[in-house]
Amino acid sequence: MRQYRQSEPVDFVIVGTGAGGGTLACRLAEHGFSVVAMDAGPYFRPLEDFASDESEQTKLYWTDDRIVDGANPLQMGGNNSGKAVGGSTVHFAMVSLRFRPEWFKSRSLLGYGADWPLDWREMWRYYSEVEDALKIAGPITYPWGPHRPRYPYRAHELNAAARALADGCEALGIQWTETPIATLSAPRGLAHPCVYRGFCTSGCSTNAKQSALVTWIPRAIAAGAEIRDLAMVGRIEADNSNLATGVHYHRDGQWRFQRARNVVVAGYAIETPRLLLNSATDRFPAGLANSSGLVGKNLMVQSNQAVWGTMEREVRSYKGPPSLAITEHWNYEDKGKDFFGGYCYMSQGPLPQLWANTLLSARGLWGPHLISEMENYNHVVGLKIVGEMLPQEANRVTLADETDQYGLRIPRITYSWCDNDRRLIDHSLAFMTEALEAVDATDIWRQNDDTCHLNGTARMGNDPLTSVVNADCRSWDIRNLWICDGSVFPTVGGVNPSLTIQAIACRTADRIKTMARRGEL
Amino acid sequence: MPDSRPGTRFPGYDVLSKRQGPSWNEKTREVIAKRLATASEPRFFTADEFLTVVAAASRIVPQPPTRRPVPIAALVDRKLHLMQSDGYRLPGTPRDGEAWRLGLKALDLETRVAFGVPFHILKEADQDFLLARMQSGELRDPAWTDMASDVFFRMRLARDIVLAYYSHPTAWSEIGWGGPASPRGYVRIDYDERDPWEAAEVKGGNVVAARRKNNRVR
Repeated sequence: MRQYRQSEPVDFVIVGTGAGGGTLACRLAEHGFSVVAMDAGPYFRPLEDFASDESEQTKLYWTDDRIVDGANPLQMGGNNSGKAVGGSTVHFAMVSLRFRPEWFKSRSLLGYGADWPLDWREMWRYYSEVEDALKIAGPITYPWGPHRPRYPYRAHELNAAARALADGCEALGIQWTETPIATLSAPRGLAHPCVYRGFCTSGCSTNAKQSALVTWIPRAIAAGAEIRDLAMVGRIEADNSNLATGVHYHRDGQWRFQRARNVVVAGYAIETPRLLLNSATDRFPAGLANSSGLVGKNLMVQSNQAVWGTMEREVRSYKGPPSLAITEHWNYEDKGKDFFGGYCYMSQGPLPQLWANTLLSARGLWGPHLISEMENYNHVVGLKIVGEMLPQEANRVTLADETDQYGLRIPRITYSWCDNDRRLIDHSLAFMTEALEAVDATDIWRQNDDTCHLNGTARMGNDPLTSVVNADCRSWDIRNLWICDGSVFPTVGGVNPSLTIQAIACRTADRIKTMARRGEL
Repeated sequence: MPDSRPGTRFPGYDVLSKRQGPSWNEKTREVIAKRLATASEPRFFTADEFLTVVAAASRIVPQPPTRRPVPIAALVDRKLHLMQSDGYRLPGTPRDGEAWRLGLKALDLETRVAFGVPFHILKEADQDFLLARMQSGELRDPAWTDMASDVFFRMRLARDIVLAYYSHPTAWSEIGWGGPASPRGYVRIDYDERDPWEAAEVKGGNVVAARRKNNRVR
């Protein structure tokens, strides 16, 4: 791997190596820029470093101290943040979905949220690029939305949990399909197909999972980028001419400074605003890139409620990727809804610790009730949504007074559901209950409390007064400061965000190349 | 219908019988060996605190007297000793280790006020009574300071105990889970399909058949 001196400015220093930063590092390096991409976490080698064990693999999660409050405090850590090269894609569930085209103009076309400054047709091209880079395994024809090319790799077979979803959809007369998913269904280079071990959200130990760690990062290194791991960036330096000059980062026990001609923040929707706010100066007292006052605001998670039941037959949902079947019916069907936005739902495959904690926290079970319910583990079936939550300025990331192990102020994450969020959740729970009843599940119950993914907090837009970055992920206030991760989403849609984050990163890299050629950097 | 007594549904199944087989990679063997060797003495908790944790663990996750118990309290203790945190907390709730100490102190005080003795020597029914009141947030002694007792129950005490128990191979065998699965993974994934290296459940009351299959798991 090529290494760069701290004292000589690189073209781009990128903070974070997940779906946004990892992808961008690759594409910028391939366009010929000098790139250093930093991650606060270690550079794992999955074949040697990953165990088949939920507890051990919590080492992949961002578990630094954070305060959560509001009416519906978020659960952080495993579910939504990563601290490793590759970011949370190292433990994501690999679900790789495109936005519904209308969502890019949800304010104009659907009457809620905010419009994106991006055109869906252009995004459609970048989705194809990412799907090919990840060799997404998916169906030949996708039942919803405009035409898309067939997926590069064939769909995976269905496990019993996915079959339950499919049977439920057919009984209720809606469409379903195999989930487009970023784990190999055929060999690729040195990696063999997914072996269905079922530990996807604890990290893939066979490299079948096409995370940023195994797809974009090796390409980035081959193109000359440096990946600097265990490097926690604490502050972006900005000078008096409204330009960023580099980043202060903590590595090997001391603070260091990397000079750069451009700084890209890609720390996901908590660490990105935290870094911008922690970088406040006399000239930028409210934090960098924050003349709109919107940095940290409009945090959006996605509703992640579930309905669970018990089947007479053995399901053993621990085998295979957890979400092999999906319906996006309620993302594309607007009739019969009393709420804005949409949701998809997928089959589930919780491992024992996660399942036991779900029974404890969502159903209140402990003692003999918990033990006997856990013995039904192999018969459990579940459906879970990824649902759209609306942007609200009051849902936000601010800085708490307490500091972390680096001496940096920790984030305070405030979250409350709005009425629309609740109506969407109620609709989904009622519908999924019907779907489980239709496949003769018994002992059906609803998990009301979960959320997933992190977006917003540095939204993109066409107006510096109402957004933090423009369509190219370039901050309005500091022309060589960029933000490239889920933070830039103006709305969140009803699908998992990783494919869209990667598509935006590919587009941003192409735009930077074009602008550089025109002398507009 | 399956036998409803705990521990009888997967007779003879022991996930550790696969330990040297193709379902366990080296890293997994190393991690589980370390967990199985967890010594029973506390490193984080004081001796008094540890007695309370042991007692609470035996109510949150009761274990049958017919086998070696999972050392739940020691596993919780080790996690706190290594400062492995969930990484998020509500306002008024301290970081994981401090939250445990605060909660145990408050529980001890509530117990002495109500029953005049420490938690660990209470009758099981009285321990359950107090834990249920904690779960519903009805323990409100000033000793809890700004941390609600139901938050402590859900996010710390019961959560850490349940996660510790289900991190242990004994618990995996009890629920018939396949356990570690790298690199071999699984082949048969549809309804009622079982790979020969998975647990067999007693079907139609035929314990012998299930036991025979489970004894062959490698």
